[in-house]
Amino acid sequence: MNLTYVLKKLISLLFTLLLTAFLVFLAFSVIPGDPVTTMLGTQATPEKVAALREELGLDRPFLVRFVSWLGTFVDGTFGNSYSYHVTVRSMLAGKLPITLTMTVMAFLMILAISIPLGIYLARNSGGRTDRIMTVVNQTIMAFPPFFSGILLTLLFGLVLHLFTPGGYVSYTRSIPGFLGYLILPAVAIALPKAAMATNYLKASVLKEMKMDYVRTAYSRGNTTKGVLYGHVLRNAIIPVITFLGMTFTDMIAGSIIIEQVFSIPGIGRLLISSIANRDYPVVEAIVVLLAFFVIVTNFAIDIIYRLVDPRIRSAQEE
Amino acid sequence: MKKKSLALLLSVVLTTVAVALGGCAGDKQEESSQITIGIPQDIEDSLDPMKATAAGTKEILFNIYEGLVKPDSDGNLNPAVASEYTITEEGKVYTFTIRDGIKFHDGSEVTADDVVYSLNRYADEQSGDALASAFSNIQSITAPDRKTVTITLNEPNADFLSYLTASVIPASNADPDTVAIGTGPYKYVSRSPQENIILESFDEYWDKDNAPQIKNITLKVIANADTIVTELNGGSIDMFCRLSSTQVSQLSDNFDVYTGTMNLVQALYLNNAVEPFNDVRVRQALCYAIDQQGILDMAFDGQGSIIGSAMYPTFGKYYMPELENAYPTDVEKAKALLAEAGYPDGFTFSITVPSNYQPHVDTAQVLAEQLKAVGVTANINLVEWASWLSDVYSGRQYEATVIGVDASMLSAGALLDRYRSDASGNFMNFNSASYDVALDAAESSIVDEEKTASFKECEQIISDEAASVYIQDMVNLVALNNKYDGYVFYPLYVQDFAKLHLK
Amino acid sequence: MREFIKARKNFKAGAIIAGILLFMALLSLFWTPYDPEKMDAASKLAGVSLAHPMGCDNFGRDILSRVMTGLRTTVVIAVGTVGIGAFFGSIIGSLTGYFGGTFDEIVMRVNDVLLAFPAVLLALVMVSLLGGGKYNVILALGIAFVPSFARMVRGEVMRCKDLDYVKNARLQGARDLRVIFVHILPNVMPVILSSVLIGFNNAVLAEAGMSYLGIGVQPPDASLGRMLSEAQGYLYGAPWYALFPGLILVLLILGVSLMGNE
Repeated sequence: MNLTYVLKKLISLLFTLLLTAFLVFLAFSVIPGDPVTTMLGTQATPEKVAALREELGLDRPFLVRFVSWLGTFVDGTFGNSYSYHVTVRSMLAGKLPITLTMTVMAFLMILAISIPLGIYLARNSGGRTDRIMTVVNQTIMAFPPFFSGILLTLLFGLVLHLFTPGGYVSYTRSIPGFLGYLILPAVAIALPKAAMATNYLKASVLKEMKMDYVRTAYSRGNTTKGVLYGHVLRNAIIPVITFLGMTFTDMIAGSIIIEQVFSIPGIGRLLISSIANRDYPVVEAIVVLLAFFVIVTNFAIDIIYRLVDPRIRSAQEE
Repeated sequence: MKKKSLALLLSVVLTTVAVALGGCAGDKQEESSQITIGIPQDIEDSLDPMKATAAGTKEILFNIYEGLVKPDSDGNLNPAVASEYTITEEGKVYTFTIRDGIKFHDGSEVTADDVVYSLNRYADEQSGDALASAFSNIQSITAPDRKTVTITLNEPNADFLSYLTASVIPASNADPDTVAIGTGPYKYVSRSPQENIILESFDEYWDKDNAPQIKNITLKVIANADTIVTELNGGSIDMFCRLSSTQVSQLSDNFDVYTGTMNLVQALYLNNAVEPFNDVRVRQALCYAIDQQGILDMAFDGQGSIIGSAMYPTFGKYYMPELENAYPTDVEKAKALLAEAGYPDGFTFSITVPSNYQPHVDTAQVLAEQLKAVGVTANINLVEWASWLSDVYSGRQYEATVIGVDASMLSAGALLDRYRSDASGNFMNFNSASYDVALDAAESSIVDEEKTASFKECEQIISDEAASVYIQDMVNLVALNNKYDGYVFYPLYVQDFAKLHLK
Repeated sequence: MREFIKARKNFKAGAIIAGILLFMALLSLFWTPYDPEKMDAASKLAGVSLAHPMGCDNFGRDILSRVMTGLRTTVVIAVGTVGIGAFFGSIIGSLTGYFGGTFDEIVMRVNDVLLAFPAVLLALVMVSLLGGGKYNVILALGIAFVPSFARMVRGEVMRCKDLDYVKNARLQGARDLRVIFVHILPNVMPVILSSVLIGFNNAVLAEAGMSYLGIGVQPPDASLGRMLSEAQGYLYGAPWYALFPGLILVLLILGVSLMGNE
């Protein structure tokens, strides 16, 4: 992996980010529904609308607005919220830890479930557990997270009374309470993804086990355990990494819905309410940051991929 | 290996459950004087009382800010920031004496200058709000000394005092959008967008008889109306207003339910300027076609008070109960009127409803079902509140909508004024010359009987012309955890937290 | 061989589940046990009974009837979405994949950007732009699905365009468009078809999610996602209201994914 390659990738990354920002800004400039009339509510008069438009700088030409908007990304404020009259950055600062914690928890659950289970099922392929688990996995995959969320609320909240629906605890008040509340939403997000990751890993391990190098390793007198952990896993894990990377970005998007189910005041809730209020600076910032996150993650996956798998490295750099 | 991975799995699950239990248990500490109140929407316009437009914002700010006068739960206006006032005989000059020792939340004393500053802000055409038109009648606002404010009007106006409920804020507050400083029983502490707003009782509140009793109030934003019941029953909120009867029926025994009225004119508002609603016969046909009691039974468990014009019963002497039955349900008559108007086979139109108001969405669904009987097809078009404001209310680009209209001040005139043909709030494009004459007569009259008679004439015209299909003043069901007591209804769209107390 | 039989078994099970649900959806065009919009104050939130196998909702409407029509809405939206996505995705993908060059570079760059937005997010923003309703949801989700189809088809076309039979066709004087649509695309079909099944499930999930958020199908139209969101308010008194639409949704996704699992 040489420097020119990384540099080329970085430039194309910057270009993509810029294009993303432009498309988002363009989309919100043509949306019907005027934020100004929303802000003025039932008291809008043409004079007041004009005055507020000028105050917010909405009367300037499109490109001027775009450039000044980009500027807010450089200085890190992301602009001012129309509804809250504070910088978008200060709003996101309180919400990001919530959504991120939930996503990371779900991610850890996926790892904790799928890695041992995937390996176990691969080693016992064709057995009864395997056959049962295949059916179970298939079924779990079909559960949309928001439905699992409703079921979990019903079970733990209304039947077992182990959980207070909507009783979200802020991390500023109690960290254990905060983490405790996020467990069920994280489970709802993690379940179908964990089932998929398990299947992925199982299939990947089984495929690798049929490779020539495995036979060679066996012939050298290695035990199954030795072959598996010494050789197979390293290769089998590669497609799973890609999958997990995609999953992570997917989960951030999925959290929009889950936050609604569990009344969690995270990024998703902020996004939905900002769309409803036509609070465009907030919506634009969230959408662009989410896309940036996805793009940068993909970039990172690409690099990790190359580090883990020497075959790709040489093939690409020729 | 097999055992190990299973053990790992098991331990993960167990830790998860353990943390979950710990988390829930740790959250259950009770503080002696603290209450969490659920609110359906965050304050999204402004903390500045002048810029606040949403009814949901105003009802919270009611606890933070006060005007020279303040309404009580019986609808009387009592002195607040002012300790007393005099009105000259011809009704043109108002003199207010600022209450001795009254303080803002930041500890500074309220001066006449603060009052003049605040009222001038409202009167300013550029930045002012709906009050600007009422305040345009003001000739001058002056402060002869630190404790006195004099307001002189161009024309006498019997309703003027009710506009002086406008909030008084300190002239020194440079950023009222984000820093809320008033004289009310509760002071603003902090907020987290889409999560909560924290209030704390104001120890130096002037009115010792109505001093706040609960120290800390957390207003929790519950954007997803579907979770209100689970949150109440689960104990994460102690109070919620404007519940539906179905929600109330699912509450546990821990709650007292208070029943009041919303003080709204809920109607299927018709755009009188578009076909086919520009024909009075079509509008009347819809009035005959719908069954108000049926709507109440289906969507409100039979609760609510049926109305027949743009006035609700709380306004007592102005209200005309005889209009409630002006259009009894009569499918045949409705069909005949439609045929006469040239729609023998009915027509199709769409009802635009703001999706965040479930009672209106439910009402629209029942209406659509009822209208099928006369061959009229109503499609429901759910829109965001923002789109509703811009398309329906300001833009008037719609056919029909279901909404509740309130009287923002304690005056019946506010409800009827919007039907004036050139009123900015006349989103139904109602246009009747005789109505405008009657309304003018009512608003310029200073003799009570004449005023009442003219207002009634207005209501009669609205009913005769079938300006819209009037439905009801909705029931207001408030759930309060039975640890607390003291919820009080107002004839206005406000919440008075200061009256709440522990049992 | 055993794997193959197992796969056939999966396919059969999936086809049966999906088939029954599809039949229910089709049947709702002609017949439902009750009028799905007919309100009845007497049976508000009525429980499961012989008369109402899935109970009634808050307006006393029969949930089974609404599930049947809701299922139809969901299937129509999913089919429409995948149709738009696959059709335009195939055209864009095959053209860029076949011709390459600057055009390819530009289109694929925009494509990459669009892929960076999760489909639901993209559709969410678009629906708030276009307004709600069944057809706008199809349009928004369809557009959101184009980039992934385009990328997949482009890869396949690039792989095929240098195969011998394609070279032969070109040598015999076939024009480019003919080569693409007559020679290459039919060979890419199997790959497209299997992505269509996956896409169908993603579309079902996306529609349900959007309707759950209230940015989708409008009432009184039933949609499984919308029913779930409405039912959440009655979880205490009428858990079946949430349960049945949810289970039907799960079955639909399960059936289709079993079919695609060969």
